[in-house]
Amino acid sequence: MGMTMAEKILADHAGLKTTKAGEIVNAKLDLVLANDITGPLAVKEFRKLGIEKVFDKEKIVLIPDHFAPAKDIPSAQQCLEIKEFSREQELTHYYEVGRNGIEHCFLPEQGLVLPGDVVIGADSHTCTYGGLGAFSTGVGSTDLAVGMAMGEIWFRVPETLKFILKGRPKNKWVSGKDYILEVIGLIGVDGAQYKAMEFTGQAIDELSVDGRLTMTNMAIEAGAKAGLIAPDQKTIDYVKKRAKRPWKEFISDKDARYADIIEIDVTDMQPQVAFPHLPSNVKPVAEGKNVKIDQVVIGSCTNGRIEDLRIAAEIIKGRTIHPDVRAIVIPGTREIYLQALQEGIVEDFIEAGAVVSTPTCGPCLGGYMGILAEGERAVSTTNRNFVGRMGHPKSEVYLSNPAVASASAILGRIGSPEEVV
Amino acid sequence: MLQTLQGKAWKAGNDIDTDVIIAARYLNDSDPKHLAAHCLEDLFPNLAKQIAAGDILVAGRNFGCGSSREHAPIAIKHAGFGCVIAESYARIFYRNAINIGLPIIVAPEAAREIKEDDILEVDPGKGKINNKTTGKTYTGETLPPFILDILETGGLIPYTAEKVKKRA
Repeated sequence: MGMTMAEKILADHAGLKTTKAGEIVNAKLDLVLANDITGPLAVKEFRKLGIEKVFDKEKIVLIPDHFAPAKDIPSAQQCLEIKEFSREQELTHYYEVGRNGIEHCFLPEQGLVLPGDVVIGADSHTCTYGGLGAFSTGVGSTDLAVGMAMGEIWFRVPETLKFILKGRPKNKWVSGKDYILEVIGLIGVDGAQYKAMEFTGQAIDELSVDGRLTMTNMAIEAGAKAGLIAPDQKTIDYVKKRAKRPWKEFISDKDARYADIIEIDVTDMQPQVAFPHLPSNVKPVAEGKNVKIDQVVIGSCTNGRIEDLRIAAEIIKGRTIHPDVRAIVIPGTREIYLQALQEGIVEDFIEAGAVVSTPTCGPCLGGYMGILAEGERAVSTTNRNFVGRMGHPKSEVYLSNPAVASASAILGRIGSPEEVV
Repeated sequence: MLQTLQGKAWKAGNDIDTDVIIAARYLNDSDPKHLAAHCLEDLFPNLAKQIAAGDILVAGRNFGCGSSREHAPIAIKHAGFGCVIAESYARIFYRNAINIGLPIIVAPEAAREIKEDDILEVDPGKGKINNKTTGKTYTGETLPPFILDILETGGLIPYTAEKVKKRA
């Protein structure tokens, strides 16, 4: 019996020839990540272990990105705690504001995560790196503390759900975001609970690396432990100019055992919108045309990459944001920001009446930089639309791709790109 | 040995996410007392005033979905809940609860049938639930031995610290 990508990567890191779903393995970690929210708790727990030094100062990444640049004094304190720990432990990979970005945009871009890696991060969207063919998953601060100390962690080897996305969308605005929203709408917010999701098929082959990272980023929104896409030539072209160490490509065997195989034809797919208050409450964009909005957010670890900004700018360029709407654009990293500046994209946004922020998770989790008042509604390219996620418990978040967000900013209501372009 | 608990049931629905358990606006401070004061505040506005130590949180499917914030089980534990009973849990929350020593039980039938304010007696180690209000008893899924070990040692940190000590 063959193995899935998930089984192969975990077996490799556990020093085993084979493993199968359901087994418990101790896997060696290639990278351990935390941010300014989860890092301080992890440091506090690390101190209780009776260990002086982290297992490898090259393999711990600490990034202040959630409430950074610090939104208030307690947040500043939390940022300082991870900075001080990084200095004390002489960590190679601490990145200060201005030279960093949203962690899940930043790590792939900098070549810090590579195909075949096992990565844990005290952030649920750590599953993003599966888009490069790494087994990466979110954990809490205590697991992270133990990971920092020991360099390994136990996993229950997950079963895998395989998704075959067939065809090529006729609608040019359909993107990786729409594919993943469609999948979550289909299987529900616990449809992949404890499992890995593997995405394959023509639509995935033809999807850019940025689009793939958007998809695997939201695997957690279906309850998954990991989202995985087999590395191909696109992946290799992406990582070879960034990697500073060797990597290994793992691909599922033809006779691998899957918990289920689900086929989706994307040919006639329309852009999708997740209505409040679950990412699974997905409808075609046309069903939102009566929903008036107060805010648009374009950014986040889901859709804050250069391709996302290019698509949004293509629609917004030369047009004007609706008078009742605040549009907030957040490039994911310094590199993405610079690229957007050089391409004139930042100018396009600002001329249209949007604000362009420094990289931060900010509004996505209701931190700052665009909090909603009671009764306000936002279209957002982020990943969660839970009650109160972006502000007041009586505000609403509608999740979409960057093209729909951009069109909606112009229309003042949820709308599709065809209505403005 | 995990302690047997007796307390009142607080009933929550399906897909209770970690933002509802502890909103991100409170995550600029990880002090357990601060987190406990805002635990589930949009769902149970009087929780902090009315909870008695050892009360039991009973929820539906996919409890604790969303963010990896360990602040969520910490808030629940320090608010005074002795354990959580649910139909199912989101994966990261499940691990986090075990790791910080908050007993959790998977018991779908109990989770569906128990009503708000029922008085429960729970043995989290064995997964035994006695609904003293209705007289009905339930057995939840038993935990794998090594997970039970972690819980009985008080969580992953004391569990790992012991291993570190032995190694040295």
